[in-house]
Amino acid sequence: MKKPPAIKDSTARGLNPFRGEQAAQLVPQARLAGPMPWVIAIMIALTVVAVAGGLALNNMADSARAEIAGGVTVQIMEPSLTMRERQVLAAEAALAEDPVVASIRRVPDEELDALLEPWLGVGSDNEAVPVPALIDVRLREDAKEDTLNRLRGVLATAAPAARLDAQSSWLGPVFSAIQSLKWLAAALAILLGITSAAAVWLAARSALGTNQDTIEVVHLLGGTDRQIARIFERSIGFDATLGGAVGLAIGAGVVAVLGRQFVALGSGMVAGGGLGWLDWLLIALIPIAGVLVAMLTARLTVLSSLRRML
Amino acid sequence: MNDAQGEGVTFDNVGLRYGTDREVLRDVSFTLFPGSFYFLTGASGAGKTSLLKLLYLAQRPSRGAIRMFGTDIITMPRKRLPAFRRRLGVVFQDFRLVPHLSAFDNVALPLRVSGVREDDLRKPVSDMLDWVGLSDRMDAHPATLSGGEQQRVAIARAVIGRPDMLVADEPTGNVDPEMALKLLRLFESLNRLGTTVVVATHDVHLLKKVPESLIMRLDKGKLSDPTGALRYPPRASGGGS
Repeated sequence: MKKPPAIKDSTARGLNPFRGEQAAQLVPQARLAGPMPWVIAIMIALTVVAVAGGLALNNMADSARAEIAGGVTVQIMEPSLTMRERQVLAAEAALAEDPVVASIRRVPDEELDALLEPWLGVGSDNEAVPVPALIDVRLREDAKEDTLNRLRGVLATAAPAARLDAQSSWLGPVFSAIQSLKWLAAALAILLGITSAAAVWLAARSALGTNQDTIEVVHLLGGTDRQIARIFERSIGFDATLGGAVGLAIGAGVVAVLGRQFVALGSGMVAGGGLGWLDWLLIALIPIAGVLVAMLTARLTVLSSLRRML
Repeated sequence: MNDAQGEGVTFDNVGLRYGTDREVLRDVSFTLFPGSFYFLTGASGAGKTSLLKLLYLAQRPSRGAIRMFGTDIITMPRKRLPAFRRRLGVVFQDFRLVPHLSAFDNVALPLRVSGVREDDLRKPVSDMLDWVGLSDRMDAHPATLSGGEQQRVAIARAVIGRPDMLVADEPTGNVDPEMALKLLRLFESLNRLGTTVVVATHDVHLLKKVPESLIMRLDKGKLSDPTGALRYPPRASGGGS
């Protein structure tokens, strides 16, 4: 009888890593045929939309706030057209002398007519329905209450029919609502992140259960916990990369379409909610973060499960 | 043979129970000397598989002490166990082949786990499969192999790494007498190269095929020593004789 085959020195045993394609084969790979990449794709797409929404709201609020922070509107509410014109000129002159005022612009009558057209109709009679004259004032600083009171004092002498309001006070509730939506978007992104991690945890547990026999065999052949965890980490990392790419494409597509529709509204405030390159970079990091969370979750799940074995 | 291997395996008053059931192994004490060939016999349910599980480090005993290759296994940190498991070859009673891997990949698994390069493992794995008569079934998956073929793949996987100790649970249960004898010769060849061999079997005819073997008999979890060799082992036996 011939001798059994001898094992060469080159096959000496050690604690070298077991990785790569050969290690990956130990766990059957369903890839896109399995549910995991699609679950991750949906989670990433939703997270991308939520984060993009939050960033757009943030940009919109910042842009609007910067625009109106130093904005003040002066209304001359004088029924007599002659008196109103006189007070407008006096108010402009008084304000122009104040060092805190950066610029003054009287809102043209045509612009006011256009604003009021939906309510008063075309060619409204200025005598029949007196419309206040509006002066848009830009301050060199934010419109604080003491500055406003001082300007009111200046106007009280020059134009008694003048009423001065900070633009920010009108839009306060809008900012408050935007702020709430921002937090909602952030909370949604966090919740989706946790849900994704939970989905990966369940998937890792399920894969671990399905491949329990294989894991036990590799374990008894001398496979270390890290080696076995790496097999699952790699498998789920691959699924998460596929799902992340699909999810990013879907999410970015939805954001782009929504963005185009909002731009088409032509609203000045909404236009400030566009996404900058830094925002897109942040959005592009979402699937990467998703892959890292998925791999870390898989690793911790598998390691904690293996620790229960001898 | 290194010093660690030279110390063999020692069980001292080992007991094993699963959960709160009665002990399946009681006061088991013996020494397996390196390079020796042992048959573990006993009726079904006597505790053979449980004793083998302790030997291939799948289970810790409920009590007693186990030393393996000069190291106390009981107090050894868990993270050091894989290095010891790589020195063992195991033939499981139910083969435990990885179902979605080919015969070749199943046999190559211990070498890959040990980090052997692909170029270095192709020939030994092919040679081993050739030796167990499966050179034409290298790419076959376990589901397409017969029981005997699966058993031969399991044996090839157990011996491919030339282990310091081979533990086999009923390794000839599914093969014909001719193949059983051939496999036994493979175990003997390994044994002559210095591997300690422990074969659990209920086939008394098999015991006669290896005259120099020592017999451990389990009866209801208690170990008897019919030849006295477990207590007074022949120091010169095995080890490349």
